[in-house]
Amino acid sequence: MEFLQAVFVDPFVSIYEYPLFFIEVLIGGLLTGVMYSLVALGFVLIFKASGVFNFAQGAMVLFAALTLVGLMEYGLPLWAALIITVGIMVLLALVIERVVLRPLVNQEHIILFMATIGITFFLDGFGQMIWGSDVKLLDVGIPQDPIEIKGVLINKFDIWAAVIAGMLVMLLAVFFQRTRVGRALRAVADDHQAAMSVGIPLKTIWAIVWSVAGIVGLVAGIIWGSKLGVQFSLALIALKALPVLILGGFTSVPGAIIGGLIIGAGEKVAEVFWGSAFGGAIEDWFAYMLALVFLVFRPQGLFGEKIIERV
Amino acid sequence: MQHKLTSTALAAVIAVGGVMATALAAAQDNAQFIPSMVYRTGPYAPNGIPFADGVADYINLLNERDGGINGVKLTVEECDTAYNNDRGVECYERMKNNGPTGAAAFSPLSTGITYALIERATADKIPIFSMGYGRTDASDGRVFPYVFTMPTTYWSQATAMIEYIGKEEGGTDKLKGKKIALVYHDSAYGKEPIPTLEKLAQKFGYQFSKFAVPHPGLEQKATWLKIGRQLRPDWVLMWGWGVMNSTAIKEAAGVGFPMDRFIGVWWSGTEQDVIPAGAAAKGYKSGAFHAAGSGFPVHADIKKHVHDAGKAAGDAKNLGTVLYNRGVANSVFVTEAIRTAMAKYGNKPLTGEQIRWGFENLDLTAVRLKELGLDGFMNPVKVSCDDHEGSGPVKIQQWDGKQWNMITDWIPPMRDVVRPMIEDSAAAYAKEKGITPRDC
Amino acid sequence: MIYREAGQFKTSYPADRAIFPIVQDRYFVAAIALAAFVAVPLLASEYWLVTIMLPFLVLSLAAIGLNILTGYAGLLSLGTGGFMACGAFAAYKLSTAFPELHIIGVFALSGVITAGVGVVFGIPSLRIKGFYLAVATLASQFFLVWLFNKLPWFTNYSPSGVISAPPRALFGDVFVTGSSATPEAKYLFALTAVCVLALLAKNMVRGNIGRKWMAIRDMDIAAEIIGIPMLRTKLLAFAISSFYIGVAGAMWAFIYTSSVEALAFGIERSFQVLFIIIIGGLGSILGSFLGAAFIVLLPILLSNAPQLIGLQIPVDMVTHLEFMIFGALIILFLIVEPHGLARLWSIAKEKLRLWPFPH
Repeated sequence: MEFLQAVFVDPFVSIYEYPLFFIEVLIGGLLTGVMYSLVALGFVLIFKASGVFNFAQGAMVLFAALTLVGLMEYGLPLWAALIITVGIMVLLALVIERVVLRPLVNQEHIILFMATIGITFFLDGFGQMIWGSDVKLLDVGIPQDPIEIKGVLINKFDIWAAVIAGMLVMLLAVFFQRTRVGRALRAVADDHQAAMSVGIPLKTIWAIVWSVAGIVGLVAGIIWGSKLGVQFSLALIALKALPVLILGGFTSVPGAIIGGLIIGAGEKVAEVFWGSAFGGAIEDWFAYMLALVFLVFRPQGLFGEKIIERV
Repeated sequence: MQHKLTSTALAAVIAVGGVMATALAAAQDNAQFIPSMVYRTGPYAPNGIPFADGVADYINLLNERDGGINGVKLTVEECDTAYNNDRGVECYERMKNNGPTGAAAFSPLSTGITYALIERATADKIPIFSMGYGRTDASDGRVFPYVFTMPTTYWSQATAMIEYIGKEEGGTDKLKGKKIALVYHDSAYGKEPIPTLEKLAQKFGYQFSKFAVPHPGLEQKATWLKIGRQLRPDWVLMWGWGVMNSTAIKEAAGVGFPMDRFIGVWWSGTEQDVIPAGAAAKGYKSGAFHAAGSGFPVHADIKKHVHDAGKAAGDAKNLGTVLYNRGVANSVFVTEAIRTAMAKYGNKPLTGEQIRWGFENLDLTAVRLKELGLDGFMNPVKVSCDDHEGSGPVKIQQWDGKQWNMITDWIPPMRDVVRPMIEDSAAAYAKEKGITPRDC
Repeated sequence: MIYREAGQFKTSYPADRAIFPIVQDRYFVAAIALAAFVAVPLLASEYWLVTIMLPFLVLSLAAIGLNILTGYAGLLSLGTGGFMACGAFAAYKLSTAFPELHIIGVFALSGVITAGVGVVFGIPSLRIKGFYLAVATLASQFFLVWLFNKLPWFTNYSPSGVISAPPRALFGDVFVTGSSATPEAKYLFALTAVCVLALLAKNMVRGNIGRKWMAIRDMDIAAEIIGIPMLRTKLLAFAISSFYIGVAGAMWAFIYTSSVEALAFGIERSFQVLFIIIIGGLGSILGSFLGAAFIVLLPILLSNAPQLIGLQIPVDMVTHLEFMIFGALIILFLIVEPHGLARLWSIAKEKLRLWPFPH
């Protein structure tokens, strides 16, 4: 009885009594969700263009951030380090395409998925071997102090992160819709065979997509890295991006953003208002459960392409 | 290609077969073997590295400056556990028989690994030295003859923190009605202080609420919104580890919680926790059982005999950081236990069973600490047969933005609360395992 | 020459239906069994038994379980760690609540309980497929680990949430769990259990139910059309798979580490078992064993290798290299033989049929 009250009555009473606090939690959740979306975006790009569920995205985030900070520790200014890091991520994409993807063309999805886990192991070891495992500070000048608007406390950092994520999505949208390469990418995403038959070079497209995912990973790495410090644990945020991914659909860029907002807001509200009924720390599995509930109604995620099967 | 693979597989099998043979043969004659479980990799590597360096550098110092202990050289072998329980077990099994007399003592450096090793080590007669972590009830030497928890434990520390808070509030009687929150790593480690804090809540009448943070603790916004904007406690205690600590400090600052009312466990009070949080961490406090900084004679010796000789285990910038010093403290306890045991069993490599005796009869007096160049570094400790914790006092240190400063004297734990809890819990363990406690 | 099937005639249906219809296979399996049951306990050191053979056996069993679900029924799952935790905690509760219950009963019942949990978490698989299902099974992974970590009832109110196996004897004073159990006893007990369960699994996948699973794996809509009941068959796959994984979890906690906290069954464990079945070979019982051997031995070999060849490399470098080589080898294996070690084995058998003659 007590438990039922804690689940069905108390949270609503508390929301009703402190509406401002609820709004604060909601906004905090939405902003955190945008940061999850940043990581999820990298997954979506690669899945869309090559059908690979790239588990190495987390490792790529870590690797990009480590490289950036490592270069800055050598005394390079931010812009130079950024350019070199972008170069390294592109190089990484080329190597992955050549060494891993090309020999595995036409293999089953699960094999490619496993191969990306192999890449994860390699990158984790490689990045740490070169740059060390210490915590590294990353300061690119994003303000961190909280501000209060009409009694609602918001962290400036979160707003900045959301703005950057929004700009990134817009850039990607322009890139996909307006450029030649972008159109080719969409063609490949729709149908590999048809794209190849009209003369779109699949290998080049894959290398480009992995490069773009690497750069998205770098942006995610910069934001998460300045929030947490650059260290090994950064690779684990991939796990927070997965529910976003299934909720939004593996193949949709807007899905990653909307999914991030729903997951972020959902898990924070659940943790704050319902957490104590369950003993706390529920946000990890709650995100997955929330995604699962959506999936039962839409098995391809909110914005995913409809799965059509023929016998 | 197939052929090649088969032969590679064959070669691999043969190679594995050789592993044991060499592992056993690697034993160096006439040196005391000290295994060192470290984690220089994995999610907690930033904290593991300075600790491991401290452990290695101090033992190196003894070898370089004194030629070992009483003329017996010390050999150290590191094994990387990555803070992972099964790798820890593998390390233990791999190293336990190394050296002419087997491993001296294991410091698992992880509460989870400690739990996994207690039974094995007791059966193998090798002491487990879990300094300021692990199983608190193992302080009862009657039930856990092979486990040592000095100089202090989580439960003692929890009482000392409440004592400190009481003092700050103007007396423990003022605690009544105050709100104290605990933010903890949702694992065996983080849960350790909860029973103690709940018991003290009954005793002093403060309102206790606890907040679990799931591993690894990258996201704590919800937790801190709840603490800082809704509950608004008077004090927050934290049992965190790794990235969780700096994230917590940042989020606490983000909701405007005052840092000087935020106290971490000693594992949450290191440079690795406050530096990533930046300016926000200024004023943050934590428990400690040894000093920070590199101003002690032992550091000068390490610098002279180890670092300047090019034999440092790691980056010189770690010298004197909190975790480095903790590594040094760990080695001091182990080597002094070996020295104590040598007084009884002779100056030769000793077995784990003999070193256990050394641990149990260890008496690190102030005079002895001064001889070791550790005057004021930590509190004197005396271990006894039934009490493997020693006296257990704790200091509170504060981060001023540049370094950790001690802000209190030694705060004795509430022994009248902790000791009966330890004995009850140990007795329950003994009953479950069918152990008959020793007579002390 | 060595592996010649010619001249082996089957004159009865039972002979044709045998698990190992070829006489060389029978000898080979008998030799392996003899080595495993007699030679290993006599010759292997404690290090080998405790840190290599036990995790190998336990992980093989978990891999068989996941292989039933993923390799045979085609349902990708990342919830293995959660189900292992379920088995471990069920075994702990059973053995402490009913101290007179025999250890075999404890393991079997914990498997049954896990099977029930598996069925519940298998229900979404009726609608969700592929990677969506894989990520959805992560919900069970995180939920179960959280549950065992959170509710003190599961750990008998131990303040730290760590359970440790109570000492239990197989018969008389032959202990297989607890500190008085010898490594040999633990090993033989685990080996017997794994062999029996592997034989059962082998027979299951050869039979009616296994064929239904494979039909669903190859195309579930087609399978439904030819009259295979989707609900019952998929949930049965979840139940049986979870049974195996649950027993494996119980053995992990009771026989291998003998003390465990819920976090030991994190997401890494799920990935580890998934690795095993992919490296070993999807849809192969033998592959589960080969894959487990690979995954258990390789890291230990890599971390011991520098010492072996007399190199002095700092441990952090060793671990980083271990990660890199491990990742590279996984990719290499997938490229060279995407169907796993089991396929390599059957190719080897093909070659042996002719060897040493070229034709």
